[in-house]
Amino acid sequence: MQHNSVRYIVLFAGAVCVLCSFFVSTAAVFLKDRQQANELLDKQEKVLEVSGLLEELVEEGLLEEGKRPSKDQVSKSFDERIVMRLIDLDTDAAAADDVGIDPATYDQLAASKDPDMSAVVPSNFARVRRVPRYAVVYEVFKDAENKELDLRVLPIEGMGLWGTMYGFLALDSDGNTIRGLTFYKTKETPGLGKEVEYSSWQSKWPGRKVFDANWEPVIEVIKGVAGPPSEAPHQVDGLSGATLTSRGVTNLLRFWFGEEGFGPYLAQLRAEGSGT
Amino acid sequence: MAIMSREERTVLLDPFFNNNPIALQVLGICSALAVTTQMAPSLIMCVALTAVTAGSSLAVSIVRNYIPSSIRIIVQMCIIASLVIVVDQILQAYAFEISKQLSVFVGLIITNCIVMGRAEGYAMQNGPWSSLLDGIGNGLGYSLILMGTALCRELIGSGKLFGMVVLQSVNDGGWYYPNGLMLIAPGAFFIIGFFIWGLRTWKPEQVGSED
Repeated sequence: MQHNSVRYIVLFAGAVCVLCSFFVSTAAVFLKDRQQANELLDKQEKVLEVSGLLEELVEEGLLEEGKRPSKDQVSKSFDERIVMRLIDLDTDAAAADDVGIDPATYDQLAASKDPDMSAVVPSNFARVRRVPRYAVVYEVFKDAENKELDLRVLPIEGMGLWGTMYGFLALDSDGNTIRGLTFYKTKETPGLGKEVEYSSWQSKWPGRKVFDANWEPVIEVIKGVAGPPSEAPHQVDGLSGATLTSRGVTNLLRFWFGEEGFGPYLAQLRAEGSGT
Repeated sequence: MAIMSREERTVLLDPFFNNNPIALQVLGICSALAVTTQMAPSLIMCVALTAVTAGSSLAVSIVRNYIPSSIRIIVQMCIIASLVIVVDQILQAYAFEISKQLSVFVGLIITNCIVMGRAEGYAMQNGPWSSLLDGIGNGLGYSLILMGTALCRELIGSGKLFGMVVLQSVNDGGWYYPNGLMLIAPGAFFIIGFFIWGLRTWKPEQVGSED
């Protein structure tokens, strides 16, 4: 067959595509388990980081500063200090302990894509399309012995500039003060928007407040410098060169602490007087 | 090395100094600026790029006599892209933290001119064995400049090498004032510029003509 005949070209292109895709999918299938284990560990580590438990490990001399905790350390901290709780975002009933879903294995991300497990929300600035019916909240205790609630870690997500940003916000037991914020998966521009993943910017969050006096979520990322939390409780410095990423953070926080997100759940907690 | 003829050795070693992809051909600068603030991610990037260049040159060379010339570029792209995806998957499985740091730049190996350039410029005309050597050689030539740049940037920019403290910085109670310029992309421009200057002073035949 002639090398330049249309038939040959089409057949050759087809063969290359099939071979390449076979190669790529084989690699993807074989490495999937390992990648998922990595992602889970990374996510758990972020929960520890945002709740300040990693810093405690460093202070106790169990972990070198800047080093990653071992798998055992992560699961030990989780066992001793953290309870994962499933909450119902659909109804106002906060706890959803009795629906038969194990929060440890519940995949919130997958659920938010499943029509049976999630609901479409009205269009919003955070560009969240579906909200899962159940969300996992991490309750973190002050110490291992008496289970006194210290803070809650809430999962958050929303559109940045290039894609959805996934993160956690640690909310003090007063239901208003931010103890930490982190993002573990973003597609933002390295060197600009990607700074949302780094501690230099995340360290500006602790001490700020989510809500104003009327319990409206007013937290925002502003342009320029916001000053210390005592002067600007509801504002955080923006990232220069990353206006759209900064705006994305504001939008997603306003969304998740509003009516469609954790608003009703937090209101319920306030009404019960738990954790105040 | 008896397994290689003199010619093959030239193919492998030429890209180090005589025909360096970054310093002489000025290809692949984008990633050289982006990932070189620290040595550890740079090393992974070098390994990834060398693996991709070697693999793609080998694969392209094997099928070079069958590739219809009208679609040759897109066939090369397809092979390169597949290799890059596989490398990215492996990094996510075995070097998760570093693959997060490298973020998009592993994916951008697809568009790295070195890989494409070697496939089109060398592997299309030469046999599999020399193409493999040429791919490895160019990957290592790239790595040489990358690691040199990363060495300067990490040492001057944060006083560390591979994350180990070498010069105690003032923030940690030492004496060394880190140079912030080295941590941003322009720092790499200066260093690569100095490398090119040095190399061309050493080997004046690399200096381009004036026009």
